[in-house]
Amino acid sequence: MAEHITLEVVTPEKYVVSEEVQIVAAPGLFGEFGVLTGHTPFMTALKTGTVRYTDANGSEHHVFVSGGFAEALPDKVTVLAESAERRRDIDLERALAAKERAEKRLAEERTRDEIEFTRARIALERAINRIRLAKTRKQ
Amino acid sequence: MPTLKDIENKIKAVKKTQQITKAMNMVAASRLRGSQTTMEAFRPYAGKFAEVLGSLAERAEEGANPLLVPRETVKSIHIVLCTSDRGLCGGFNTNLIHRAEKLTAEKQQGNPTVSFTCFGKKGRDWARKARQTITEEHVGIVGTQFGFNVAATAGRKLVEGFLQGEFDEVHVVYAEFLSMARQLPVAKQLLPIPPIEKVEEQDREKAAAYLPEHICEPSPEQLLGEMLPRNVYVQLYSALLETSTSEHAARMMAMDNATKACKDMLENLTLIYNKARQAAITAELMDIVGGAEALRG
Repeated sequence: MAEHITLEVVTPEKYVVSEEVQIVAAPGLFGEFGVLTGHTPFMTALKTGTVRYTDANGSEHHVFVSGGFAEALPDKVTVLAESAERRRDIDLERALAAKERAEKRLAEERTRDEIEFTRARIALERAINRIRLAKTRKQ
Repeated sequence: MPTLKDIENKIKAVKKTQQITKAMNMVAASRLRGSQTTMEAFRPYAGKFAEVLGSLAERAEEGANPLLVPRETVKSIHIVLCTSDRGLCGGFNTNLIHRAEKLTAEKQQGNPTVSFTCFGKKGRDWARKARQTITEEHVGIVGTQFGFNVAATAGRKLVEGFLQGEFDEVHVVYAEFLSMARQLPVAKQLLPIPPIEKVEEQDREKAAAYLPEHICEPSPEQLLGEMLPRNVYVQLYSALLETSTSEHAARMMAMDNATKACKDMLENLTLIYNKARQAAITAELMDIVGGAEALRG
């Protein structure tokens, strides 16, 4: 059995990750799961959060994902996400601004449209996850 | 008979037009490169998405999702018409609008009401003139660089409209980018989602060996429910990208032809100009010679 698995993180805009890795951990809808080589075929929706993986050289990487699905095969993990960024590519300023915006909207919309409310809540969740991940960067 | 001055002015005008068409050609070429890159970047996602969706559809129950079920009577049809915002791109928009007209004609059985979502100014203007119902219009998107969320927002409304029974069928009319010289107007059904291509019969055994039952979280039906609306956004996004790329290609071709036509015209005009100038000189010479002869007596 191969020693490494191929990890692919794809968004409509680009290939975010495509490399050989040792282990992948992703935030599944029912909790975080880890994938090593030889995993049983598995498919799940993902929560907004962080996909972590250890590359072939043993260093750890973090990728923010939101609105995605993951498919694990014995030798391959595919993550399809609506948006995904490596930790170093996260725009902290923008995320902070988005957080503020979402909070303001939540405060306003609370009594109004339910769809608007949910949308703002999801935006807030995305922003918070981005910020949390960006803050773990080495300065 | 135009005077020399007239012809000269005409030549100047044509030269200026040629400069403009040449510049537009180059602008279109660079934009084309941009949207082609976006299209290429999207391809892996679309491919993977179709793959995963196909293997899910394989195992989900028939009619597991309302988005898959055709309505028995189709009372209202919704058409998403993708055209460009700007003209000067040959028959590009006309062809797309013809395709939309043809689609409406085909669907006349049962006399359904037809409504439109228009991407692009040209299609919207046509729909207004033809007194069609326009549910939504998006101007300033086709032909620019736009993100997936544009398609997602518009797609979400289509899915909601379908589920609430506002539309019984949703189609998209767009220009498929075949090559630089060929863009084909295409009509595709978005909703209900046409049967998803399952794994080919002969490949099935191979696939079964390679793809034993997946464990799914949540159940395949629920996952499918999550993925199907997104499939609509994916289709819509790809239609918009194709249309954008096609628009630039069509404009490039049109401007190239215009530049060539200008060149031909300039050649002709220069010829006429030279002839006229020669004729004038000859006439003047005749005058002088005639005058001199007369003086000599």
